[in-house]
Amino acid sequence: MNRNPAELAPEQQRYLSQFDSFSRRQSDRDPAWLTEKRQAAIRCFTRQGFPTTHDEAWRFTSLTPLTRTAFAHAGATDSRPSPVDLDSLPGANSSACRLVFLNGRFSPEHSSLGALPPGVRVQGAGQLLNGDTPSVRQALGLYAGNGEEVFAALNTAFLQDFALVHLPGNTVVEQPIHLHFHSGSEGDPVVSYPRCLVLAGANSQARVVESYSGAPDSLYFTNTVTELVAREGAVVEHYKLQQESLRAFHISTMQFQLGRSATVSSHSISLGGALVRNHVNAVLDGEGAEATLNGFSLTTGKQHVDNHTSIDHAKPHCNSFELYKGILDDRSSGVFNGRIIVRPHAQKTDSKQTNQNLLLSEEALVNTNPQLEIYADDVKCTHGATIGQLDSQAVFYLQSRGIDREAARQLLTFAFANDIASQIRIEPIRARLEKTLFHRLAEKGSKG
Amino acid sequence: MLKIEDLHVEVEGKPILKGVNLEVASGEVHAIMGPNGSGKSTLAQVLAGRESFEVTRGRVFYGDRDLLDMEPEERACEGVFMAFQYPVEIPGVSNVYFLKAAMNAIRKHRGEEELDAMEFMKVVREKIKLVNLDQSFISRSVNEGFSGGEKKRNEIFQMAVLDPILAILDETDSGLDIDALKTVADGVNALRRPDRAIVVITHYQRLLNYIVPDRVHVLSGGEIVKSGDKDLALELEARGYGWIEAQVAVTPAERHP
Repeated sequence: MNRNPAELAPEQQRYLSQFDSFSRRQSDRDPAWLTEKRQAAIRCFTRQGFPTTHDEAWRFTSLTPLTRTAFAHAGATDSRPSPVDLDSLPGANSSACRLVFLNGRFSPEHSSLGALPPGVRVQGAGQLLNGDTPSVRQALGLYAGNGEEVFAALNTAFLQDFALVHLPGNTVVEQPIHLHFHSGSEGDPVVSYPRCLVLAGANSQARVVESYSGAPDSLYFTNTVTELVAREGAVVEHYKLQQESLRAFHISTMQFQLGRSATVSSHSISLGGALVRNHVNAVLDGEGAEATLNGFSLTTGKQHVDNHTSIDHAKPHCNSFELYKGILDDRSSGVFNGRIIVRPHAQKTDSKQTNQNLLLSEEALVNTNPQLEIYADDVKCTHGATIGQLDSQAVFYLQSRGIDREAARQLLTFAFANDIASQIRIEPIRARLEKTLFHRLAEKGSKG
Repeated sequence: MLKIEDLHVEVEGKPILKGVNLEVASGEVHAIMGPNGSGKSTLAQVLAGRESFEVTRGRVFYGDRDLLDMEPEERACEGVFMAFQYPVEIPGVSNVYFLKAAMNAIRKHRGEEELDAMEFMKVVREKIKLVNLDQSFISRSVNEGFSGGEKKRNEIFQMAVLDPILAILDETDSGLDIDALKTVADGVNALRRPDRAIVVITHYQRLLNYIVPDRVHVLSGGEIVKSGDKDLALELEARGYGWIEAQVAVTPAERHP
């Protein structure tokens, strides 16, 4: 049911006219199946428009600052962010396999593949789309961006370059595969649509890192989608390190699809961005699958980070462990919405959800909402949420042992993040998290 | 070493200590006994620097310094140690990290070099034997999931590592079985020294069988109402606190000469 274009809100019109010129430009180059996917996605966007705070899922996150900014489509202008300082990226020196995207466009000159086992494909390109890659063609957009999620749909509509990680069955990639997305522009604000597809074959094993950065103080909008499919017995660790500029908008959709006995752990770390919304969805679609969803956000100033997670226990005997933590300072705000669905036949489900928030100032604000939908009767589901300040008794305890007040507060804040950090098994990422935390706390300490 | 003069303390506007006087010299062990609610723990916490307690009158000298003027961490660095009645659990901070941070803060304050990891572990391994705790204990988070006895032993272990000049033990005996009590007492006795003063706060005389005090004071209604030698503790054990409170009630003039 398309609306009459005249009835559409101006902000929606803007994206539609960008889509028109984009699809005109691309239509000669791209295969029909891709054009169809884009068309279906833009219809979804047109139908729904941008959500408002009247929508239940967006109650605590107003998109007004995003929709009233006229972002140019970065893919149309070829605008480049200010030069990337690749050495500042975590893991830059590990000679790892690394793909770099600038404003969503693949940058071969910044990328390197390292030594990959035979058969493993790590590619960042749009030209792929023309090749004979039925598994890619089929998977792309199958798990995300085809339904209600309007931002994922928008990403699919503007699908161009994307990062592909394709692991054949029984392959093990030892070194982390690093996908980096650097965005922003020196001129007008731009929007870009990074996209990742990870296909992990049966019994394969890999660690994938997505990182996001931008020119400091640059205003831009990153709307990213990742689809990750772990086939039977695959073991995938996924890390997302979000360090966008403090003026940036960042909206992400991560969709994890787990087959029988597959194990996926997700570590989503939000350090940057003015307005951030992460959708992290896992579907446990084979018996014995196990998903770990960890998240950490550190906010200051007026940053807003909204984590919406969903774990769908579609089959019996699956486990999920979810731990989301936030440290909020100044007037920053956070949202956690953790949905857990246990389907009628998903007996013997074991699911644990924890959300903990540490407020470092009087003005910081958190909304937390567990959302359990359990349709099976032989399951174990626990959830818990806390919002609190540093324990004054613990501060006093440390002081009484000679540790000064500020150091005591820092130590306790660090300790709060410790159970997230300790699960990060890629050392440079853990170090980056701890370093950022340390700097923020030191700044706060010097402010008094 | 410690001199408390006419100390008045309020908690949330309610007077708890109403003129405490006490003097403790180096090398001495003093016991402060008293019924529940008499202000024993308040006194301990005020000496350690707990902010939520408001000193409305009186002074406390530590050596020649005004103790009440010092931040809690400064008191610790200057050699004041309080073993908590309820040690705080700190998830995510290991015992060893915590102790090293504390020890090096104190050493830095004293103008001494920080200990490196090897030297520090040597101290830790030596001191942990005092309280009969397993080595694995030091890598666990501070007090998290510890039994009551382990928490109390951890306090004495910290005391041994941090090497204080004035130690205040706040009901370190409460909730301990007799074996744990003996362990804690042995630990404390091993730490008795001519240049160290220890104040033992307790509800029961039992601990004083093992840590024999030089002086015993009875705190009641926010004041020290009676002082004596170790025999006073035995008398309290035999007769309860009632007789002292009764005695105080009939001789108000003696209390305020």
